[in-house]
Amino acid sequence: MKRLVVVGNGMAGVACVEQILKHSPQFQITIFGDETHVNYNRILLSSVLAGEKADDDIVLNSLEWYQKNNIDLRLGVRIVGVDSKAKTVTGDDGSVTPFDKLLLATGSMPLIPSIDEVKKDGVFVFRNLDDTRALLERCRPGLKAVVIGGGLLGLEAARGLQVQGCDVTVVHLMEWLMERQLDPTGGGYLAAKMNQMGITVLLGLSTTAILGNGKVEGVQFKGGGSIAADLVVVAAGIRPNVSLGHEVGLEVKRGIVVNDYMETSHPDIFAVGECVQHNGICYGLVAPLIEQGKVLAATITGNKGPTYEGSVQAAKLKIMGVDVFSAGDIGDKLDGSEVIRYEDPALGIYRKLNLKDGKLAGVILVGDTADSHRYMDWLRTGKDLVPLRRQLLFPAPVDDVGLDIAQMADSETVCGCMGVTKGTIIQAIHEKGVNTLAQLKECTRASTGCGSCTSLCQSLLKAVVPEFEEEVKKTICKCIPIAEDQLREILRSQRLKSVQEVLEIYGNGVGCEVCKPALSYMLDMLWCGDHNEDRSARFINDRVHANIQKDGTFSVVPRIRGGVTSVAELRRIADVAEKYRVPMVKITGSQRIDLLGVKKSDLPKVWADLGMPSGQAYTKGVRMVKTCVGTEFCRFGVQDSTTAGIEMERRFENLFTPHKVKMGAVGCPRNCAEATVKDIGLVGQEGSWQVVVGGAAGKKVRKADLLITVESTEQALEAASLFFQYYREGANYLERTYDFVERVGIEKVRKDTVYATDEVKEGLLERLRKSKDRSSDAWLERDNPRNETQFVQIKPLEEVFV
Amino acid sequence: MRAPDVWVRIARCSDIPLREGRAVKAGTREIAIFNLGDRFLAIDNRCPHKAGPLADGIVSGTTVVCPLHAWKLSLETGNGVNGPSVSSCVETFRTRVEDGTVLLDLSDKQTEQEETGERELTGLCVPPRGITATTNLPADGRYLVLDSN
Repeated sequence: MKRLVVVGNGMAGVACVEQILKHSPQFQITIFGDETHVNYNRILLSSVLAGEKADDDIVLNSLEWYQKNNIDLRLGVRIVGVDSKAKTVTGDDGSVTPFDKLLLATGSMPLIPSIDEVKKDGVFVFRNLDDTRALLERCRPGLKAVVIGGGLLGLEAARGLQVQGCDVTVVHLMEWLMERQLDPTGGGYLAAKMNQMGITVLLGLSTTAILGNGKVEGVQFKGGGSIAADLVVVAAGIRPNVSLGHEVGLEVKRGIVVNDYMETSHPDIFAVGECVQHNGICYGLVAPLIEQGKVLAATITGNKGPTYEGSVQAAKLKIMGVDVFSAGDIGDKLDGSEVIRYEDPALGIYRKLNLKDGKLAGVILVGDTADSHRYMDWLRTGKDLVPLRRQLLFPAPVDDVGLDIAQMADSETVCGCMGVTKGTIIQAIHEKGVNTLAQLKECTRASTGCGSCTSLCQSLLKAVVPEFEEEVKKTICKCIPIAEDQLREILRSQRLKSVQEVLEIYGNGVGCEVCKPALSYMLDMLWCGDHNEDRSARFINDRVHANIQKDGTFSVVPRIRGGVTSVAELRRIADVAEKYRVPMVKITGSQRIDLLGVKKSDLPKVWADLGMPSGQAYTKGVRMVKTCVGTEFCRFGVQDSTTAGIEMERRFENLFTPHKVKMGAVGCPRNCAEATVKDIGLVGQEGSWQVVVGGAAGKKVRKADLLITVESTEQALEAASLFFQYYREGANYLERTYDFVERVGIEKVRKDTVYATDEVKEGLLERLRKSKDRSSDAWLERDNPRNETQFVQIKPLEEVFV
Repeated sequence: MRAPDVWVRIARCSDIPLREGRAVKAGTREIAIFNLGDRFLAIDNRCPHKAGPLADGIVSGTTVVCPLHAWKLSLETGNGVNGPSVSSCVETFRTRVEDGTVLLDLSDKQTEQEETGERELTGLCVPPRGITATTNLPADGRYLVLDSN
């Protein structure tokens, strides 16, 4: 068996090896990687920096994959020498490895512009996983971070650092951002979006020096100006890593020169990826590397024939909420080209097409990139656009997504990163029985690059595989078309703290009565009051802390924990009812007292006279704990349910929840306070408590599931707390616990709460504690109203005579 | 004849928080004024459905959602824009801002029904009778309301 040595364990090298393995197992393969990680998706490093993905999430080939394919993987070894006569490579660990064929996939390295004193503590590059980890280690909220370079990588790094809480400035040498992919107008739209997200963009500035004594203190610009910095990321571009090519005496220009068969000037040495130059071009994006790998695999396995004819350059900015796509030739000075533009400054949408000879030559999309695959196809196939002149900027409306898919040609590319066509996917479905997205990824590699084609892949599966069940993710409403669990993750990772901000970046900028309260809840849950609460986004009940009635008056339900009250409280309630002429006083089904028909303007006075806290009967929050008298008076009681119930109510009260939470605590299995049909119930037994969750006795009746049985009251309260916070964090807005528990499954609920690791449990309890510490009785706003007119009806400033 | 404008100073702008509404009692009417950031809009504070207090509703763009049964009404035209609300409307009032104060035009626009022909339609809503031209019109609505009378 011949020995194939691959230098470089990155995306290009390993993708090529994958293709080689498809031909035949004729090689004994050794892969050297100077990083200590298995092959991962370098494109997604910015997502790791932004906290959206963990290290493990971006792994492309696991250790098992290398083992399964008998690949000898040597990590942490840098190849420092190649002897093309003896046919050996030498590692920096002194090892000498013989080869029959050598594949150089050495990628590229960061281009460091000539800046004085660039080697200071606090100056980073952003190229690999270790760089990313180092950055994550260093960055802290409040640090001033300066990113040198306003290209794809620089901008993605900037957003990641900002998400980590840094105060970020991007310094760019050119007059507009992403100047290689955008025109000045497109760059302007992008800069506006970055500014809107809170990132400062400085253009046309050449950085001359890093300031500071040993440690970064600032950066200086040509002309003398400077800004302060605690951390600097240099992302000024990349340079092909060609030193081995030079050493072997290969033809090297900017990159290692290869021909259409991906051959170098040496018959047994090949090169692929960012380190090569084909037809004068060095590619720095993933799709061309994959295309090259396919050709090289054919050549190196003796199936020479397919040729590489260059790739359409395409780039997509991967910052959530900032959609930028560019492909082909986008300059304005093409001879005989026509330029078609569309701009909507209010929506931040810019589209530009360059047409030449009736064909698409280049495209820029900013603000909305949903159509990018259509333009890529036009570019790749050189489609005649003359008949489509009226639909160039916007496709003819299609009612059914499936139809859109059906209209795609088989040759059209679905996954631009991995170069997977619709035809390949259909073939995989028919021939290999693929019927889930995971299998499709595994089998075709589609959707494993930047991930932007995931929905397209799903639509294809849906259209072709009858049994395909799309994972149904619930969105709140059409204002913000992102699944709720994903949205929570976005709000967390992007540190968004106001409803309007979320709507402007991820939604339609307007919002409605459905999504605004939902977003209000999510932000409150995530940031525990450490956010900009926008009362205008909340329902009237949550603006004035009372329940609106059919005539516009309100109902007032004070908190009576566990349903246990006192003579003094009852007397005050009676006095209030009399003083404010409350039309109805009613005992509720929750062991509380409801004062119905109170005028909005009387609310603060009523609360003050009651001297009791809010019972939250008007909101999606903690309602009450219904209790029986337990061991205190009852002949049959075996647990002190009143004390336990009152304590549970105290621990959770004043908090908001996805939907209302009603609880119960009973002192024996006779269940007098109906704890088994409550959202959370404590059921006392001889020597133990059963903690039950997900019960209902409303529109739906459901017996609660047993979460756990514990000995002490404190353990029972802890189990209840774990579930309570788990529900707060994981349920969709307006999802009651009984729907939540059914959706998730009680087994998983148990595993994620009471049977989770101590670390997970402590996390839930800590977040609950934090929320609780920052919550307070809403009725205290009687003394500190949000504004002077919160409860009053405005009186005109002058008399009205009409 | 167009009724003469009757501008009345109502409240300080700061009394009405951004994207919220406040009710104001003006003579015999109760009017809901909303702060949309770049302007104030005012409509009758009675939902045409069950008289819900519109000033207490959530603002969605240039519409308000009644807190009682989620009828949605345009603050610009007064017309209903969702479900069963589309054949209903409420009166709108012109507003203007002067020295940090919101003013309302409280002239009796109902007299303008006598008038015909083209005219500026801000602040006018005629409940449809006969020809219900308000049904199913686009929500951005600047259009004439036809009355069979």
